[in-house]
Amino acid sequence: MSARSTTATQVLFDAPGPKGRARIRLLSALSVLGIAAILALGLWQFGRNGQLAADRWLPYLRSDYLAFLGEGLVGTLQATGMAALVAFPFGLLLALGRLARNPVLSSVAAAWIEFFRGIPMLLVVYAFLLALPAFGITVPRFWMLVIPMILVSSATTAEVFRAGINAVDRGQHEAGAAIGLTPGQTMRAVILPQAVRLVLPSLILALVSLLKDSTLGYVVSFNELQFQGRNMVSITRYLVQTYVVVSAIYIVLNFLLTKAALALDARMRRRAAAPTA
Amino acid sequence: MQIILEYWPLLLTGIGTTIALTLLGYVFALVLGTALAVCRVSPIPPLRAAATVYVEIFRNIPLLSLLILIAFGLPDVGLVLPYFWCGVLGLTLSSAAFVCENIRSGINTVPIGHAEAARSIGLGFFGVLRFVILPQAFRTMVQPLVNVFIGTLIGSSLCAAITVTETTYVTQQLNIRTAEAVFLFLVAGVVYLSLSLLAAWAGRRIEAAVAPGDRRARGGDGPARGAGLRLQGAGQA
Repeated sequence: MSARSTTATQVLFDAPGPKGRARIRLLSALSVLGIAAILALGLWQFGRNGQLAADRWLPYLRSDYLAFLGEGLVGTLQATGMAALVAFPFGLLLALGRLARNPVLSSVAAAWIEFFRGIPMLLVVYAFLLALPAFGITVPRFWMLVIPMILVSSATTAEVFRAGINAVDRGQHEAGAAIGLTPGQTMRAVILPQAVRLVLPSLILALVSLLKDSTLGYVVSFNELQFQGRNMVSITRYLVQTYVVVSAIYIVLNFLLTKAALALDARMRRRAAAPTA
Repeated sequence: MQIILEYWPLLLTGIGTTIALTLLGYVFALVLGTALAVCRVSPIPPLRAAATVYVEIFRNIPLLSLLILIAFGLPDVGLVLPYFWCGVLGLTLSSAAFVCENIRSGINTVPIGHAEAARSIGLGFFGVLRFVILPQAFRTMVQPLVNVFIGTLIGSSLCAAITVTETTYVTQQLNIRTAEAVFLFLVAGVVYLSLSLLAAWAGRRIEAAVAPGDRRARGGDGPARGAGLRLQGAGQA
Protein backbone atom coordinates (compact mmCIF):
# COMPACT_ATOMS: atom_id res chain seq x y z
CA MET A 1 0.00 0.00 0.00
CA SER A 2 0.98 3.64 -0.16
CA ALA A 3 3.58 5.19 2.07
CA ARG A 4 0.92 7.38 3.67
CA SER A 5 -1.05 4.52 5.17
CA THR A 6 2.16 2.99 6.47
CA THR A 7 3.11 6.11 8.41
CA ALA A 8 -0.41 6.43 9.76
CA THR A 9 -0.26 2.99 11.35
CA GLN A 10 3.48 2.65 11.93
CA VAL A 11 3.07 4.68 15.08
CA LEU A 12 1.34 1.82 16.87
CA PHE A 13 4.60 -0.08 17.20
CA ASP A 14 8.27 0.78 17.57
CA ALA A 15 10.67 0.31 14.72
CA PRO A 16 11.44 -3.36 15.43
CA GLY A 17 14.88 -4.38 16.67
CA PRO A 18 16.61 -7.60 15.63
CA LYS A 19 14.42 -9.70 17.94
CA GLY A 20 11.28 -7.93 16.79
CA ARG A 21 12.24 -8.36 13.13
CA ALA A 22 12.76 -12.06 13.70
CA ARG A 23 9.35 -12.31 15.32
CA ILE A 24 7.71 -10.38 12.51
CA ARG A 25 9.39 -12.70 10.00
CA LEU A 26 8.14 -15.75 11.89
CA LEU A 27 4.60 -14.40 12.16
CA SER A 28 4.68 -13.38 8.50
CA ALA A 29 5.70 -16.89 7.49
CA LEU A 30 3.01 -18.40 9.69
CA SER A 31 0.32 -16.09 8.38
CA VAL A 32 1.33 -16.76 4.77
CA LEU A 33 0.98 -20.46 5.52
CA GLY A 34 -2.38 -19.85 7.19
CA ILE A 35 -3.75 -17.78 4.32
CA ALA A 36 -2.41 -20.29 1.78
CA ALA A 37 -4.07 -23.11 3.73
CA ILE A 38 -7.44 -21.34 3.68
CA LEU A 39 -7.16 -20.66 -0.07
CA ALA A 40 -6.01 -24.22 -0.72
CA LEU A 41 -8.92 -25.60 1.26
CA GLY A 42 -11.30 -23.50 -0.79
CA LEU A 43 -9.74 -24.53 -4.09
CA TRP A 44 -9.68 -28.17 -2.99
CA GLN A 45 -13.40 -27.97 -2.22
CA PHE A 46 -13.96 -26.44 -5.68
CA GLY A 47 -11.81 -29.10 -7.32
CA ARG A 48 -13.45 -31.97 -5.50
CA ASN A 49 -16.78 -30.91 -6.94
CA GLY A 50 -15.36 -30.56 -10.43
CA GLN A 51 -15.74 -26.77 -10.50
CA LEU A 52 -12.10 -26.14 -11.39
CA ALA A 53 -12.19 -28.03 -14.70
CA ALA A 54 -10.61 -25.85 -17.38
CA ASP A 55 -13.53 -26.32 -19.80
CA ARG A 56 -15.76 -24.62 -17.24
CA TRP A 57 -13.57 -21.53 -17.03
CA LEU A 58 -11.91 -21.13 -20.43
CA PRO A 59 -15.16 -20.30 -22.28
CA TYR A 60 -15.12 -16.94 -20.49
CA LEU A 61 -12.26 -15.93 -22.74
CA ARG A 62 -14.30 -16.68 -25.87
CA SER A 63 -15.61 -13.68 -27.73
CA ASP A 64 -19.23 -14.86 -27.83
CA TYR A 65 -19.31 -15.36 -24.05
CA LEU A 66 -17.71 -11.98 -23.54
CA ALA A 67 -20.10 -10.33 -25.97
CA PHE A 68 -23.03 -11.88 -24.12
CA LEU A 69 -21.83 -10.50 -20.79
CA GLY A 70 -20.84 -7.23 -22.47
CA GLU A 71 -24.44 -6.75 -23.49
CA GLY A 72 -25.34 -6.94 -19.81
CA LEU A 73 -22.55 -4.57 -18.90
CA VAL A 74 -23.91 -2.02 -21.39
CA GLY A 75 -27.32 -2.32 -19.70
CA THR A 76 -25.71 -1.82 -16.30
CA LEU A 77 -23.83 1.28 -17.45
CA GLN A 78 -26.93 2.68 -19.15
CA ALA A 79 -29.07 2.22 -16.05
CA THR A 80 -26.36 3.63 -13.77
CA GLY A 81 -25.68 6.58 -16.06
CA MET A 82 -29.31 7.47 -16.56
CA ALA A 83 -30.04 7.17 -12.84
CA ALA A 84 -27.05 9.36 -11.97
CA LEU A 85 -28.00 11.91 -14.61
CA VAL A 86 -31.43 12.40 -13.05
CA ALA A 87 -30.71 11.61 -9.41
CA PHE A 88 -27.78 13.97 -8.86
CA PRO A 89 -29.51 17.20 -9.96
CA PHE A 90 -32.68 16.02 -8.23
CA GLY A 91 -30.65 15.38 -5.07
CA LEU A 92 -29.25 18.89 -5.27
CA LEU A 93 -32.79 20.29 -5.53
CA LEU A 94 -33.86 18.21 -2.54
CA ALA A 95 -30.89 19.50 -0.54
CA LEU A 96 -31.75 23.10 -1.42
CA GLY A 97 -35.36 22.36 -0.49
CA ARG A 98 -34.33 20.97 2.86
CA LEU A 99 -32.17 24.01 3.55
CA ALA A 100 -34.87 26.44 2.39
CA ARG A 101 -36.32 28.94 4.85
CA ASN A 102 -39.88 28.00 3.86
CA PRO A 103 -40.91 25.49 6.59
CA VAL A 104 -43.37 23.59 4.37
CA LEU A 105 -40.83 23.12 1.61
CA SER A 106 -38.05 22.11 3.99
CA SER A 107 -40.17 19.60 5.91
CA VAL A 108 -41.49 18.01 2.72
CA ALA A 109 -37.94 17.67 1.41
CA ALA A 110 -36.74 16.31 4.76
CA ALA A 111 -39.55 13.74 4.91
CA TRP A 112 -38.84 12.64 1.33
CA ILE A 113 -35.12 12.28 2.03
CA GLU A 114 -35.54 10.40 5.30
CA PHE A 115 -38.16 8.08 3.83
CA PHE A 116 -36.13 6.99 0.83
CA ARG A 117 -32.92 6.81 2.83
CA GLY A 118 -34.53 4.57 5.41
CA ILE A 119 -36.19 1.96 3.23
CA PRO A 120 -34.52 -0.73 1.11
CA MET A 121 -34.43 -0.18 -2.62
CA LEU A 122 -35.75 -3.68 -3.23
CA LEU A 123 -38.98 -2.64 -1.53
CA VAL A 124 -39.31 0.31 -3.91
CA VAL A 125 -38.57 -1.99 -6.83
CA TYR A 126 -41.27 -4.46 -5.77
CA ALA A 127 -43.67 -1.58 -5.21
CA PHE A 128 -43.16 -0.41 -8.79
CA LEU A 129 -43.17 -3.93 -10.16
CA LEU A 130 -46.41 -4.93 -8.47
CA ALA A 131 -48.31 -1.73 -7.73
CA LEU A 132 -48.16 -0.02 -11.11
CA PRO A 133 -49.74 -2.84 -13.11
CA ALA A 134 -52.60 -2.76 -10.58
CA PHE A 135 -53.35 0.77 -11.76
CA GLY A 136 -53.00 -0.30 -15.36
CA ILE A 137 -49.76 1.61 -15.85
CA THR A 138 -47.04 -0.19 -17.75
CA VAL A 139 -43.50 1.08 -17.77
CA PRO A 140 -40.58 -0.35 -19.75
CA ARG A 141 -38.33 -2.61 -17.66
CA PHE A 142 -35.49 -0.11 -17.92
CA TRP A 143 -37.53 2.48 -16.04
CA MET A 144 -38.81 -0.13 -13.58
CA LEU A 145 -35.20 -0.36 -12.46
CA VAL A 146 -34.07 3.21 -13.00
CA ILE A 147 -36.96 5.03 -11.27
CA PRO A 148 -36.41 3.25 -7.92
CA MET A 149 -32.67 3.87 -8.33
CA ILE A 150 -33.38 7.58 -8.84
CA LEU A 151 -35.73 7.77 -5.85
CA VAL A 152 -33.25 6.13 -3.48
CA SER A 153 -30.13 7.77 -4.84
CA SER A 154 -31.62 11.27 -4.91
CA ALA A 155 -32.27 10.96 -1.17
CA THR A 156 -28.72 9.88 -0.36
CA THR A 157 -27.10 12.42 -2.69
CA ALA A 158 -29.32 15.14 -1.20
CA GLU A 159 -27.59 14.52 2.11
CA VAL A 160 -24.21 14.61 0.37
CA PHE A 161 -25.02 17.99 -1.18
CA ARG A 162 -26.39 19.30 2.11
CA ALA A 163 -23.16 18.35 3.87
CA GLY A 164 -21.22 20.05 1.09
CA ILE A 165 -23.26 23.25 1.30
CA ASN A 166 -22.86 23.31 5.09
CA ALA A 167 -19.13 22.74 4.74
CA VAL A 168 -18.68 25.99 2.82
CA ASP A 169 -17.45 28.65 5.21
CA ARG A 170 -20.13 30.77 6.87
CA GLY A 171 -18.18 33.91 5.92
CA GLN A 172 -18.93 33.23 2.26
CA HIS A 173 -22.65 33.84 2.88
CA GLU A 174 -21.80 37.04 4.71
CA ALA A 175 -19.43 38.14 1.97
CA GLY A 176 -22.16 37.51 -0.58
CA ALA A 177 -24.62 39.58 1.43
CA ALA A 178 -22.04 42.32 1.91
CA ILE A 179 -21.62 42.89 -1.80
CA GLY A 180 -25.38 43.11 -2.17
CA LEU A 181 -26.34 39.65 -3.47
CA THR A 182 -29.66 38.18 -2.41
CA PRO A 183 -29.49 34.86 -0.53
CA GLY A 184 -30.56 33.07 -3.71
CA GLN A 185 -27.84 34.76 -5.77
CA THR A 186 -25.25 34.02 -3.07
CA MET A 187 -26.23 30.37 -3.13
CA ARG A 188 -26.05 30.17 -6.92
CA ALA A 189 -22.95 32.23 -7.57
CA VAL A 190 -20.85 31.74 -4.43
CA ILE A 191 -21.84 28.72 -2.35
CA LEU A 192 -22.89 26.08 -4.88
CA PRO A 193 -19.78 26.21 -7.10
CA GLN A 194 -17.66 25.54 -4.01
CA ALA A 195 -20.03 22.97 -2.51
CA VAL A 196 -20.23 20.95 -5.71
CA ARG A 197 -16.46 20.82 -5.90
CA LEU A 198 -16.29 19.69 -2.28
CA VAL A 199 -18.72 16.83 -2.78
CA LEU A 200 -17.24 15.55 -6.03
CA PRO A 201 -15.47 12.58 -4.36
CA SER A 202 -18.65 11.67 -2.47
CA LEU A 203 -20.60 11.82 -5.74
CA ILE A 204 -18.20 9.29 -7.28
CA LEU A 205 -18.94 7.04 -4.32
CA ALA A 206 -22.65 7.59 -4.94
CA LEU A 207 -21.97 6.27 -8.43
CA VAL A 208 -20.54 3.11 -6.83
CA SER A 209 -23.78 2.75 -4.86
CA LEU A 210 -25.81 3.19 -8.02
CA LEU A 211 -23.75 0.59 -9.83
CA LYS A 212 -24.42 -1.83 -6.99
CA ASP A 213 -28.11 -0.94 -6.94
CA SER A 214 -28.37 -1.65 -10.65
CA THR A 215 -27.93 -5.36 -9.84
CA LEU A 216 -31.59 -5.28 -8.82
CA GLY A 217 -32.26 -5.49 -12.54
CA TYR A 218 -32.00 -9.19 -11.65
CA VAL A 219 -35.37 -8.82 -9.90
CA VAL A 220 -37.15 -6.79 -12.59
CA SER A 221 -35.61 -8.83 -15.45
CA PHE A 222 -33.94 -5.81 -16.99
CA ASN A 223 -31.01 -6.85 -19.10
CA GLU A 224 -28.12 -5.68 -16.92
CA LEU A 225 -25.03 -7.64 -15.96
CA GLN A 226 -26.41 -9.61 -13.02
CA PHE A 227 -29.54 -10.59 -14.96
CA GLN A 228 -27.49 -11.40 -18.03
CA GLY A 229 -25.44 -13.66 -15.75
CA ARG A 230 -28.63 -15.43 -14.79
CA ASN A 231 -29.53 -15.85 -18.47
CA MET A 232 -26.10 -17.26 -19.09
CA VAL A 233 -26.47 -19.73 -16.24
CA SER A 234 -29.76 -20.95 -17.64
CA ILE A 235 -28.06 -21.61 -20.98
CA THR A 236 -24.63 -22.92 -19.96
CA ARG A 237 -25.33 -24.30 -16.47
CA TYR A 238 -21.92 -23.00 -15.35
CA LEU A 239 -23.42 -21.38 -12.28
CA VAL A 240 -20.43 -20.78 -10.03
CA GLN A 241 -18.20 -19.68 -12.88
CA THR A 242 -20.69 -17.20 -14.36
CA TYR A 243 -21.50 -15.54 -11.07
CA VAL A 244 -17.81 -15.38 -10.11
CA VAL A 245 -17.00 -13.67 -13.41
CA VAL A 246 -19.96 -11.29 -13.06
CA SER A 247 -19.01 -10.41 -9.48
CA ALA A 248 -15.40 -9.88 -10.52
CA ILE A 249 -16.50 -7.35 -13.16
CA TYR A 250 -18.48 -5.42 -10.56
CA ILE A 251 -15.57 -5.54 -8.11
CA VAL A 252 -13.10 -4.18 -10.67
CA LEU A 253 -15.44 -1.36 -11.78
CA ASN A 254 -16.26 -0.31 -8.23
CA PHE A 255 -12.64 -0.63 -7.15
CA LEU A 256 -11.55 1.77 -9.88
CA LEU A 257 -14.34 4.23 -9.04
CA THR A 258 -13.53 4.10 -5.32
CA LYS A 259 -9.84 4.62 -6.00
CA ALA A 260 -10.66 7.59 -8.22
CA ALA A 261 -12.82 9.09 -5.46
CA LEU A 262 -10.09 8.62 -2.85
CA ALA A 263 -7.42 10.06 -5.12
CA LEU A 264 -9.57 13.11 -5.89
CA ASP A 265 -10.30 13.54 -2.18
CA ALA A 266 -6.60 13.33 -1.28
CA ARG A 267 -5.75 15.85 -4.02
CA MET A 268 -8.35 18.30 -2.78
CA ARG A 269 -7.14 17.87 0.80
CA ARG A 270 -3.55 18.61 -0.27
CA ARG A 271 -4.73 21.71 -2.09
CA ALA A 272 -6.74 22.83 0.91
CA ALA A 273 -3.76 22.24 3.19
CA ALA A 274 -1.41 24.20 0.95
CA PRO A 275 -0.74 27.67 2.36
CA THR A 276 -2.91 30.00 0.33
CA ALA A 277 -3.37 32.88 2.77
CA MET B 1 -56.04 -2.78 8.04
CA GLN B 2 -57.91 -6.01 7.38
CA ILE B 3 -54.81 -7.46 5.82
CA ILE B 4 -52.72 -6.84 8.91
CA LEU B 5 -55.36 -8.44 11.13
CA GLU B 6 -55.63 -11.43 8.87
CA TYR B 7 -51.96 -12.02 8.14
CA TRP B 8 -50.25 -10.68 11.26
CA PRO B 9 -48.49 -13.98 12.11
CA LEU B 10 -46.83 -13.96 8.70
CA LEU B 11 -45.91 -10.29 8.99
CA LEU B 12 -44.44 -10.87 12.44
CA THR B 13 -42.40 -13.79 11.13
CA GLY B 14 -41.08 -11.51 8.42
CA ILE B 15 -40.15 -8.75 10.84
CA GLY B 16 -38.58 -11.27 13.23
CA THR B 17 -36.52 -12.76 10.41
CA THR B 18 -35.38 -9.29 9.32
CA ILE B 19 -34.26 -8.53 12.88
CA ALA B 20 -32.55 -11.91 13.24
CA LEU B 21 -30.71 -11.53 9.90
CA THR B 22 -29.61 -8.01 10.80
CA LEU B 23 -28.48 -8.77 14.36
CA LEU B 24 -26.64 -11.99 13.48
CA GLY B 25 -25.03 -10.46 10.40
CA TYR B 26 -24.02 -7.37 12.29
CA VAL B 27 -22.60 -9.10 15.36
CA PHE B 28 -20.52 -11.50 13.25
CA ALA B 29 -19.45 -8.56 11.08
CA LEU B 30 -18.30 -6.63 14.16
CA VAL B 31 -16.12 -9.58 15.24
CA LEU B 32 -14.71 -10.24 11.77
CA GLY B 33 -14.34 -6.54 10.98
CA THR B 34 -12.44 -5.81 14.20
CA ALA B 35 -10.10 -8.73 13.53
CA LEU B 36 -9.54 -7.42 10.00
CA ALA B 37 -8.88 -3.91 11.28
CA VAL B 38 -6.28 -5.24 13.72
CA CYS B 39 -4.67 -7.10 10.81
CA ARG B 40 -4.63 -3.91 8.74
CA VAL B 41 -2.76 -1.91 11.39
CA SER B 42 -0.49 -4.81 12.45
CA PRO B 43 3.23 -4.95 11.66
CA ILE B 44 2.83 -8.27 9.78
CA PRO B 45 2.89 -7.47 6.02
CA PRO B 46 1.02 -10.60 4.79
CA LEU B 47 -1.81 -9.98 7.27
CA ARG B 48 -2.06 -6.36 6.19
CA ALA B 49 -2.16 -7.37 2.55
CA ALA B 50 -4.76 -10.09 3.14
CA ALA B 51 -7.03 -7.75 5.09
CA THR B 52 -6.66 -5.06 2.41
CA VAL B 53 -7.57 -7.50 -0.35
CA TYR B 54 -10.55 -8.71 1.70
CA VAL B 55 -11.83 -5.18 2.21
CA GLU B 56 -11.42 -4.23 -1.45
CA ILE B 57 -13.30 -7.31 -2.60
CA PHE B 58 -16.20 -7.23 -0.18
CA ARG B 59 -16.74 -3.50 -0.14
CA ASN B 60 -16.92 -3.40 -3.92
CA ILE B 61 -19.03 -6.46 -4.65
CA PRO B 62 -22.76 -5.68 -4.88
CA LEU B 63 -24.53 -7.39 -1.97
CA LEU B 64 -27.02 -9.02 -4.30
CA SER B 65 -24.22 -10.59 -6.38
CA LEU B 66 -22.63 -11.87 -3.18
CA LEU B 67 -25.88 -13.35 -1.88
CA ILE B 68 -26.62 -15.03 -5.21
CA LEU B 69 -23.10 -16.41 -5.35
CA ILE B 70 -23.41 -17.80 -1.81
CA ALA B 71 -26.96 -19.08 -1.99
CA PHE B 72 -26.85 -20.67 -5.46
CA GLY B 73 -23.12 -21.17 -5.87
CA LEU B 74 -22.17 -22.91 -2.62
CA PRO B 75 -24.33 -26.01 -3.25
CA ASP B 76 -22.36 -26.51 -6.48
CA VAL B 77 -19.13 -26.73 -4.52
CA GLY B 78 -20.68 -29.17 -2.09
CA LEU B 79 -21.70 -26.84 0.75
CA VAL B 80 -25.40 -26.77 1.44
CA LEU B 81 -26.55 -24.07 3.83
CA PRO B 82 -30.14 -23.08 4.60
CA TYR B 83 -31.01 -19.86 2.76
CA PHE B 84 -31.35 -18.00 6.06
CA TRP B 85 -27.73 -18.74 6.93
CA CYS B 86 -26.65 -17.88 3.39
CA GLY B 87 -28.21 -14.48 4.06
CA VAL B 88 -26.41 -14.14 7.39
CA LEU B 89 -23.11 -15.16 5.78
CA GLY B 90 -23.50 -12.68 2.93
CA LEU B 91 -24.42 -9.81 5.28
CA THR B 92 -21.53 -10.69 7.58
CA LEU B 93 -18.92 -10.84 4.81
CA SER B 94 -20.10 -7.57 3.30
CA SER B 95 -20.62 -5.58 6.52
CA ALA B 96 -17.29 -6.77 7.96
CA ALA B 97 -15.46 -4.85 5.23
CA PHE B 98 -17.30 -1.65 6.18
CA VAL B 99 -16.76 -2.28 9.91
CA CYS B 100 -13.03 -2.75 9.25
CA GLU B 101 -12.76 0.51 7.31
CA ASN B 102 -14.63 2.48 9.97
CA ILE B 103 -12.54 1.08 12.81
CA ARG B 104 -9.36 1.78 10.89
CA SER B 105 -10.31 5.38 10.19
CA GLY B 106 -11.40 5.69 13.83
CA ILE B 107 -7.92 4.57 14.86
CA ASN B 108 -6.44 7.18 12.55
CA THR B 109 -8.36 9.99 14.26
CA VAL B 110 -6.43 9.45 17.51
CA PRO B 111 -3.51 11.89 17.59
CA ILE B 112 -0.17 10.23 16.90
CA GLY B 113 1.25 11.73 20.10
CA HIS B 114 -1.03 9.53 22.19
CA ALA B 115 0.33 6.36 20.65
CA GLU B 116 3.87 7.64 21.01
CA ALA B 117 3.27 8.50 24.66
CA ALA B 118 1.82 5.06 25.27
CA ARG B 119 4.79 3.39 23.59
CA SER B 120 7.24 5.51 25.55
CA ILE B 121 5.81 4.19 28.83
CA GLY B 122 6.45 0.68 27.53
CA LEU B 123 3.15 -0.58 26.13
CA GLY B 124 3.40 -3.08 23.28
CA PHE B 125 1.29 -3.21 20.09
CA PHE B 126 -1.76 -4.75 21.76
CA GLY B 127 -1.30 -2.63 24.89
CA VAL B 128 -1.30 0.59 22.87
CA LEU B 129 -4.41 -0.51 21.00
CA ARG B 130 -6.28 -1.84 24.01
CA PHE B 131 -5.60 0.89 26.61
CA VAL B 132 -4.97 4.04 24.60
CA ILE B 133 -6.09 3.95 20.98
CA LEU B 134 -9.27 1.87 20.92
CA PRO B 135 -10.98 3.52 23.94
CA GLN B 136 -10.55 6.90 22.23
CA ALA B 137 -11.17 5.65 18.73
CA PHE B 138 -14.39 3.94 19.79
CA ARG B 139 -16.05 7.29 20.50
CA THR B 140 -15.54 8.52 16.97
CA MET B 141 -16.64 5.15 15.61
CA VAL B 142 -20.10 4.94 17.18
CA GLN B 143 -21.88 6.92 14.48
CA PRO B 144 -20.21 5.17 11.52
CA LEU B 145 -20.83 1.78 13.12
CA VAL B 146 -24.51 2.63 13.60
CA ASN B 147 -24.58 3.50 9.91
CA VAL B 148 -23.15 0.07 9.13
CA PHE B 149 -25.91 -1.43 11.26
CA ILE B 150 -28.56 0.47 9.29
CA GLY B 151 -26.81 -0.62 6.09
CA THR B 152 -27.03 -4.23 7.27
CA LEU B 153 -30.72 -3.76 8.05
CA ILE B 154 -31.44 -2.30 4.62
CA GLY B 155 -29.22 -4.91 3.00
CA SER B 156 -31.10 -7.72 4.71
CA SER B 157 -34.02 -6.95 2.40
CA LEU B 158 -31.97 -8.35 -0.49
CA CYS B 159 -32.29 -11.77 1.16
CA ALA B 160 -35.80 -11.69 -0.31
CA ALA B 161 -34.13 -12.37 -3.66
CA ILE B 162 -32.78 -15.66 -2.26
CA THR B 163 -36.25 -16.49 -0.85
CA VAL B 164 -35.60 -15.85 2.83
CA THR B 165 -38.96 -15.10 4.44
CA GLU B 166 -38.09 -11.66 5.73
CA THR B 167 -40.13 -8.46 5.65
CA THR B 168 -39.65 -7.60 1.99
CA TYR B 169 -40.32 -11.17 0.87
CA VAL B 170 -43.47 -11.40 3.04
CA THR B 171 -44.68 -8.07 1.67
CA GLN B 172 -44.22 -9.23 -1.86
CA GLN B 173 -45.97 -12.56 -1.18
CA LEU B 174 -48.91 -10.86 0.56
CA ASN B 175 -49.14 -8.47 -2.32
CA ILE B 176 -49.52 -11.33 -4.75
CA ARG B 177 -52.24 -12.78 -2.52
CA THR B 178 -54.17 -9.59 -1.73
CA ALA B 179 -53.21 -7.09 -4.48
CA GLU B 180 -53.06 -4.26 -1.95
CA ALA B 181 -49.68 -3.08 -3.09
CA VAL B 182 -49.61 0.54 -1.95
CA PHE B 183 -50.83 -0.18 1.56
CA LEU B 184 -48.52 -3.17 2.05
CA PHE B 185 -45.45 -1.33 0.87
CA LEU B 186 -46.21 1.58 3.16
CA VAL B 187 -46.48 -0.86 6.07
CA ALA B 188 -43.16 -2.48 5.17
CA GLY B 189 -41.60 0.95 4.69
CA VAL B 190 -42.77 1.97 8.15
CA VAL B 191 -41.29 -1.24 9.59
CA TYR B 192 -37.86 -0.52 8.08
CA LEU B 193 -38.02 3.15 9.00
CA SER B 194 -38.90 2.45 12.62
CA LEU B 195 -36.15 -0.16 12.91
CA SER B 196 -33.52 2.23 11.53
CA LEU B 197 -34.81 5.13 13.66
CA LEU B 198 -34.59 2.84 16.68
CA ALA B 199 -31.01 1.97 15.77
CA ALA B 200 -30.13 5.65 15.28
CA TRP B 201 -31.65 6.49 18.66
CA ALA B 202 -29.72 3.68 20.37
CA GLY B 203 -26.58 4.93 18.63
CA ARG B 204 -27.08 8.43 20.01
CA ARG B 205 -27.54 7.00 23.51
CA ILE B 206 -24.34 4.97 23.19
CA GLU B 207 -22.48 7.96 21.82
CA ALA B 208 -23.65 10.11 24.73
CA ALA B 209 -22.63 7.39 27.19
CA VAL B 210 -19.09 7.03 25.84
CA ALA B 211 -18.54 10.73 25.08
CA PRO B 212 -15.79 12.25 27.19
CA GLY B 213 -17.10 14.31 30.09
CA ASP B 214 -16.66 18.07 30.28
CA ARG B 215 -13.82 17.82 32.76
CA ARG B 216 -11.76 15.55 30.55
CA ALA B 217 -12.60 17.45 27.38
CA ARG B 218 -11.23 20.66 28.88
CA GLY B 219 -8.09 18.96 30.16
CA GLY B 220 -6.50 17.71 26.99
CA ASP B 221 -6.57 17.70 23.24
CA GLY B 222 -9.56 15.66 22.19
CA PRO B 223 -9.46 13.27 19.25
CA ALA B 224 -8.54 15.20 16.14
CA ARG B 225 -11.67 15.76 14.10
CA GLY B 226 -11.23 15.48 10.38
CA ALA B 227 -11.31 19.03 9.13
CA GLY B 228 -14.18 19.99 6.88
CA LEU B 229 -16.06 17.35 5.02
CA ARG B 230 -15.49 13.68 5.66
CA LEU B 231 -15.71 11.37 2.73
CA GLN B 232 -18.67 9.14 3.39
CA GLY B 233 -18.51 5.47 2.59
CA ALA B 234 -20.50 4.19 -0.35
CA GLY B 235 -23.79 2.51 0.45
CA GLN B 236 -23.78 -1.21 0.92
CA ALA B 237 -26.74 -2.39 -1.09
